[in-house]
Amino acid sequence: MIYLILTFILILLMIGAAVYAIWQKDLLYAVIASGIISLLLSIIFLILQAPDVALTEAAIGVALTTIIFIIAIRNTVRFEDEHDKKIKENKIIKPEEQ
Amino acid sequence: MSILEIIGGILIITGSLFLFLGALGIYRMPDVYNRLQAGTKATTLGAMSLILGVGFLMPGWILKILIIIIFIAYSNPISSHALARAMHLRKRFMFFKNEEIDAYKEIDKNNNPEK
Amino acid sequence: MNYIIYFSLTIMILGLILAAIRFVKGPTAGDRTVALDTMTIIGVSGIVLSSYLFNRYIYLDVALVYGVLGFIGVIVIARYLEKAL
Repeated sequence: MIYLILTFILILLMIGAAVYAIWQKDLLYAVIASGIISLLLSIIFLILQAPDVALTEAAIGVALTTIIFIIAIRNTVRFEDEHDKKIKENKIIKPEEQ
Repeated sequence: MSILEIIGGILIITGSLFLFLGALGIYRMPDVYNRLQAGTKATTLGAMSLILGVGFLMPGWILKILIIIIFIAYSNPISSHALARAMHLRKRFMFFKNEEIDAYKEIDKNNNPEK
Repeated sequence: MNYIIYFSLTIMILGLILAAIRFVKGPTAGDRTVALDTMTIIGVSGIVLSSYLFNRYIYLDVALVYGVLGFIGVIVIARYLEKAL
C-alpha cells in the first residue's frame, strides 16, 4: 500500500517535469527537465518488473540525449524567442553568436 | 534478529536521513555554492551509508555493492567540482562574499602568467 | 525490517519533492543542475533499496549504470555554461 502511494508520487513528479519541459522557453532548462524525466521513468520501469528496459533507458536517457541536445543548443540558439526574432529580421545565424 | 541486520538497519536509517537533509539544504540555502555543498557532500555520505547498509543485510551481494560505492565516491565530487568552477567563472551571486580571498584567480595567474 | 525500508523510502521521496521544488524555483541554471544531481543520487539509493525489497540481484545493475553514467550530463552542462565545450 505504501509502495503504491510512493509510485503514484513518482508518476506525478514525472508528468510535472514533462509539462515543465514543454512550457519552458529556455531550452537548457528543458534539457535538464528531460534528464529528470529519464531518471523517474527508469525507476518506474524498475517497479514494473522490467530491469532490461530500465537499463536501456538509464544508459540512453541520462548520457546520450543530454550530450546531443547540448551540442545542438550550442550550435543554434538558447532561447526560443531569439530564434523567431532572427528569422523575422532575416539574419543569418552564426554558431559563435550563441 | 542477528547482529548484521541491526547494523544494516542503523546504516540504512542514517543514510536516508542524510539524503533528506541534503535535499532540505538544497531547498533552504541562499546561493548556488551553499546549495552545491549541501546537495553534494551530504548526499554522497548518505548514499554510501545506505548502500553499505544493504550490503550488510545481503552478504552475498557485497562485491557489486562495493563497486557501486567506489563509482559514487569517484563521480560525485567530479561533477560538483566542474559545476562550482563554471559558476565561479560566470561570477554568480555569492551570499558570504569575501573580496580579498580568491584562490582560483591565483591558481589561474600561476598557470597563465600573461593574463 | 520491512518497516525500516518503507520509512527510508518515504523520507527519500520527500527529499525528491524538495529537490523538485528547487528545480522549479531556482533562479539560475546552476541551481537546476544541482537539483538534477541530487535527484540522481537519491534515485540510485532508491533503486538499491528496491532491489533489497524485491529480493532481485539483477536490479543492482541499473544502479551501477546510473552510478557510472550519472555525472556525464552534469559535466556536459557545466562545460556548456563555461562556454568551453
